[in-house]
Amino acid sequence: MELNILTLIYLIGAVTFILGLKMLAHPARARRGNLLAAFGMCIAILGTIFLYKDEQGNGLHNYGWIFGGILIGGIIGTLAAKKVKMTAMPEMVSMFNGMGGACAALISIVEFNRLVSHPVITSLPPSGFLSVVVSQGELLIILLGLMIGSVSFSGSMIAWGKLNGTIKDFSFKGQHILNLIILAGVFVLAVYLFVNADDLFRFDGTSAVFTLKGHLIFYGVFVLALLYGVFFVMPIGGADMPVVISLLNSFTGVAAACGGFLYDNKVMLTGGILVGAAGTLLTILMCKAMNRSLANVLIGSFGGGNKSGVTGQKQHGTYKEITLSDAAVLMAYANRVMIVPGYGLAVAQAQHACHDLEKLLVERGVDVKYAIHPVAGRMPGHMNVLLAEADVSYEKLLEMEQANEDFPTTDVALVLGANDVVNPAAKTDPSSPIYGMPILEVELAKHVIVNKRSMKPGYAGIENDLFFQKKTSMLFGDAKKVLQDLIAEIKNL
Amino acid sequence: MNSVLSWITANQQMIYIVILMIFVGIEVIGRVPSVLHTPLMSGANAIHGVVIIGAIIVMGKAEHDNYLALILGFLAVILGTLNVVGGFVVTDRMLEMFSKKKKKS
Repeated sequence: MELNILTLIYLIGAVTFILGLKMLAHPARARRGNLLAAFGMCIAILGTIFLYKDEQGNGLHNYGWIFGGILIGGIIGTLAAKKVKMTAMPEMVSMFNGMGGACAALISIVEFNRLVSHPVITSLPPSGFLSVVVSQGELLIILLGLMIGSVSFSGSMIAWGKLNGTIKDFSFKGQHILNLIILAGVFVLAVYLFVNADDLFRFDGTSAVFTLKGHLIFYGVFVLALLYGVFFVMPIGGADMPVVISLLNSFTGVAAACGGFLYDNKVMLTGGILVGAAGTLLTILMCKAMNRSLANVLIGSFGGGNKSGVTGQKQHGTYKEITLSDAAVLMAYANRVMIVPGYGLAVAQAQHACHDLEKLLVERGVDVKYAIHPVAGRMPGHMNVLLAEADVSYEKLLEMEQANEDFPTTDVALVLGANDVVNPAAKTDPSSPIYGMPILEVELAKHVIVNKRSMKPGYAGIENDLFFQKKTSMLFGDAKKVLQDLIAEIKNL
Repeated sequence: MNSVLSWITANQQMIYIVILMIFVGIEVIGRVPSVLHTPLMSGANAIHGVVIIGAIIVMGKAEHDNYLALILGFLAVILGTLNVVGGFVVTDRMLEMFSKKKKKS
């Protein structure tokens, strides 16, 4: 009877996941969707703890360990999630994703040890020769869970380190070949173990013992998969991190689904595959926004590509700077100002100052809008989240297509720490690594004011022609400071 | 090979779920405005934290003298909880800002 209740609980859990994800797709219902999925997760976890019975009808034990683990994880998780700054959200997501991946890998390790320590021994009738039969289905799932979970864990940790700046981009010649060799190594060992599992036992009297060689191969798969995760993310530039995190997110989903197969657990399977499929689609959508193929990102070749782009640079003219008071006058007497936020705004935590400037300009009768590039910031939608934090109203945020229609009638386009997403080379220069990426066409506006900290190129590592155009003026400095000074100047007008 | 085929037969329900869920996942995501991509990724991240159920089962089944299983299982429970709790809380924080602004406008 208890087991039937658990089945019902799992069914409800699975439905809440689907509904929750669906509601997350609508701005008005997103928060309730998240809470609904969280509720489903809670009852699924509690149901598992108290009602789960294995095939022999035994309940779970080790309650102290289970609750201890949940308590520790729950406290750390809540504190970390509550304290994290809005700008650090992407790396936090990456970090939690890595935890899930590690969890799946650990489950696989424990289950593998269980599988090989209780082998099914059969004696072949004519000779009485003893042999071991390992469930190949289970072994396959365990190996998949191990490989995917490990790659997801180490990859997410590298992505986390890269986003918070502790790990620098790192690539060397022949890295792609090394990556492929490591990946091939993972598969060769895994396939070897899968095919020869039955022969990796040694008989000690009538009981079978899994050999050291077999253990070494299994942990070899584990270590190589971890290594692959590191080398897979290492050479990929910051501009690609959203894609990588989204991809690793779907990896962890698949790893969780492996656990679902292992325990014949439908809610794990539903949740895992749902995230796996949704995450993969999200990844592809992001790749499309940057006009790159997923395969291109997977092999991690952005590092190689941008170097050839840099060597193909043509001569640049000079850029001109604008003083704060000139910029203030230009904007205060404009009819329409378009603000183009980028990562620089996020780093400087300038979203509130930005909103103050917008309010001030609106009071003076200026029409102010924000142009949001789909991959501005470090994750799609990152800018929207940041600006929402500063209470910028939803109607003022224009998506790329709409913003591009409005640029020709815009007097001043204020670019705040954005670079690659406004680089006209994406339209005009076929040799550029970002050629073909849809951009915000700020050069159509009458004046362009670009705020940057320096003339250093952006993530893609390429120069931006926009900065050298006639109608462009540079306003150097930290975005927050510059905005506050601008506000003071406009107030003095 | 035979053993793989028999395993597929034995798990055909699960395989049906996998295939149907792939379609559901794609359908559900297909209509998300780009504004919500970050919270959505974060929400999906929390949902795959369902892997914690596996960790609980591992932990709950471990014999008292099997230290490897106990330690790894315990770690897995901690990490899985981090994924679930952290994921949902972060997502809620992101979405909180959207709803706050909704009320004002």
